[in-house]
Amino acid sequence: MNHASLLTRESFIELGARARAHALLDPGSFRELAGPFDRLVSPWLERQGVVPQADDGVVVAKGRIGGQPTVVLAIEGAFQGGSLGEVGGAKIAGALELAAQDNRRGVPTRAVILFETGGVRLQEANLGLAAIADIHAAIVDLRRYQPVVGVIAGTVGCFGGMSIAAGLCSYLVVTREARLGLNGPQVIEQEAGVAEYDSRDRPFIWSFTGGEQRIATGLADRYVEDDSDAIRAAVQALLAGGVPAAHRSERYAHYLQCLAEYDPARQPEPETVRAIYAPGAKS
Amino acid sequence: MSTSTSTASAPGRGETWLAALTRNAPRRPGYPATVQVADAELGGRPARFIAVVPDAANAYPRVRGGEVGLLEGWSLAQAVHEVVQADRDAAIKRPIVAIVDTPSQAYGRREEAFGIHQALAGAAGAYATARLQGHPVIALLVGRAMSGAFLAHGYQANRLIALDDAGVEVHAMGKQAAARITMRSVEDLESFAASVPPMAYDIGNYATLGLLWKMIGVKHAAQPDAADLDTVHGALQAALADIQADPHPDLRSRLGGQNRQASSRVREVLAQQWQD
Repeated sequence: MNHASLLTRESFIELGARARAHALLDPGSFRELAGPFDRLVSPWLERQGVVPQADDGVVVAKGRIGGQPTVVLAIEGAFQGGSLGEVGGAKIAGALELAAQDNRRGVPTRAVILFETGGVRLQEANLGLAAIADIHAAIVDLRRYQPVVGVIAGTVGCFGGMSIAAGLCSYLVVTREARLGLNGPQVIEQEAGVAEYDSRDRPFIWSFTGGEQRIATGLADRYVEDDSDAIRAAVQALLAGGVPAAHRSERYAHYLQCLAEYDPARQPEPETVRAIYAPGAKS
Repeated sequence: MSTSTSTASAPGRGETWLAALTRNAPRRPGYPATVQVADAELGGRPARFIAVVPDAANAYPRVRGGEVGLLEGWSLAQAVHEVVQADRDAAIKRPIVAIVDTPSQAYGRREEAFGIHQALAGAAGAYATARLQGHPVIALLVGRAMSGAFLAHGYQANRLIALDDAGVEVHAMGKQAAARITMRSVEDLESFAASVPPMAYDIGNYATLGLLWKMIGVKHAAQPDAADLDTVHGALQAALADIQADPHPDLRSRLGGQNRQASSRVREVLAQQWQD
């Protein structure tokens, strides 16, 4: 990257959820649904001493990408760590359900999900978990008709039940700052001990769950710079590519075959995973 | 439990109920010791029963307690996709019953390194696909239904049925882990959680969220007798009939619960504003 491009590029990571949705949608096409003025706040946070937010940390934006109808679902990592409660979860699930319904009625609406989330909001525990199950259901429904593209830009990353949602997407875009994993590092250390997983060793964490490792091991599809133009171009190209022949989550035979090569008596290194999941070995 | 297991611990609830409901049908070959798959009749028709079970000698240390890990996630996907593929051209699709007693997803380095999130997506996606293809999918909660493990095994079902028993719990994080992370005792956590319905661990509070289709009383949840089996078989067949009478293969029947009103309200607002 030369000086000129460094000066002109816009960092995507530094943008909030609403600005990220604006950056991806065709100019002038952004329209927010169930927004801050619709008074859909969490009914559970205030009684637990947490100040709620008018959009519950999720932006639903309808518009167009490359001229085609698209809904962008952007999670605000700055509100409660991007955690999903009842309202924010229902916004994502409900919008995906409507996009699938559009397709059944002949309108080819696609979806883009901007993941920036630790998963379930513990203050709304079972309602967050249920909403995430609804999100999984809706992604699997919609991806039969149109691609669902996930973007993990950073810096929160994508964890918990929403990492499963990322695994259900048709395509995933990651940056170097992205992390993708089921369990947050602190929880693993807490449960399994520091020898298993040192949550304070940042290079260690990124070497296993960072964007660079996930792209090298075929668990993501595009690796991009932290640049709004680059991310928009990647998303647009993936949407234009249509529904993949097989989704990554359907390739159980391939992954079981790969895992048969791994000896679980030894803790893996990042290189172990790269060797076993090498993209060349894809069936 | 697998024959390689050296400890003589009694089988868990998942294995006990799977064996009882299938009259101890042979387990399908080709699966790890932690994933038990059996084909048996339900209401006079073939059905597939699936449970994730403990295996004290498992080569992956973090799944020995019945947690859902890498091989479990992908093997659940296999067990479900097998049925979907076999019934591809069948007019009537075979029911799938997920028997749920899972303490959590597996927490470990091996798991994160090889993408446990993707393995669990494999399982969740398979169950959702089966449901959308017309397979009646029922989850029977006989023990713990925790977090990512429940998302992978059970939560995509058309109908959720739970035993009305203190050993049946649904939550986003296991009680011990949540207590450690919030620095409370388990007792303090339980009493606090009981005052906020979605935070509670007990199945009675969970029922107020509207997600369960039915809660059923049995006398011996850990070791069912003949009457308990009749009760549960009856509930499974009633669920089957309810699914078959429902024109929608999605999860909308879970909406409307007393303590889940905002989920419906958000959908109403989105639907009103959706059209350009």
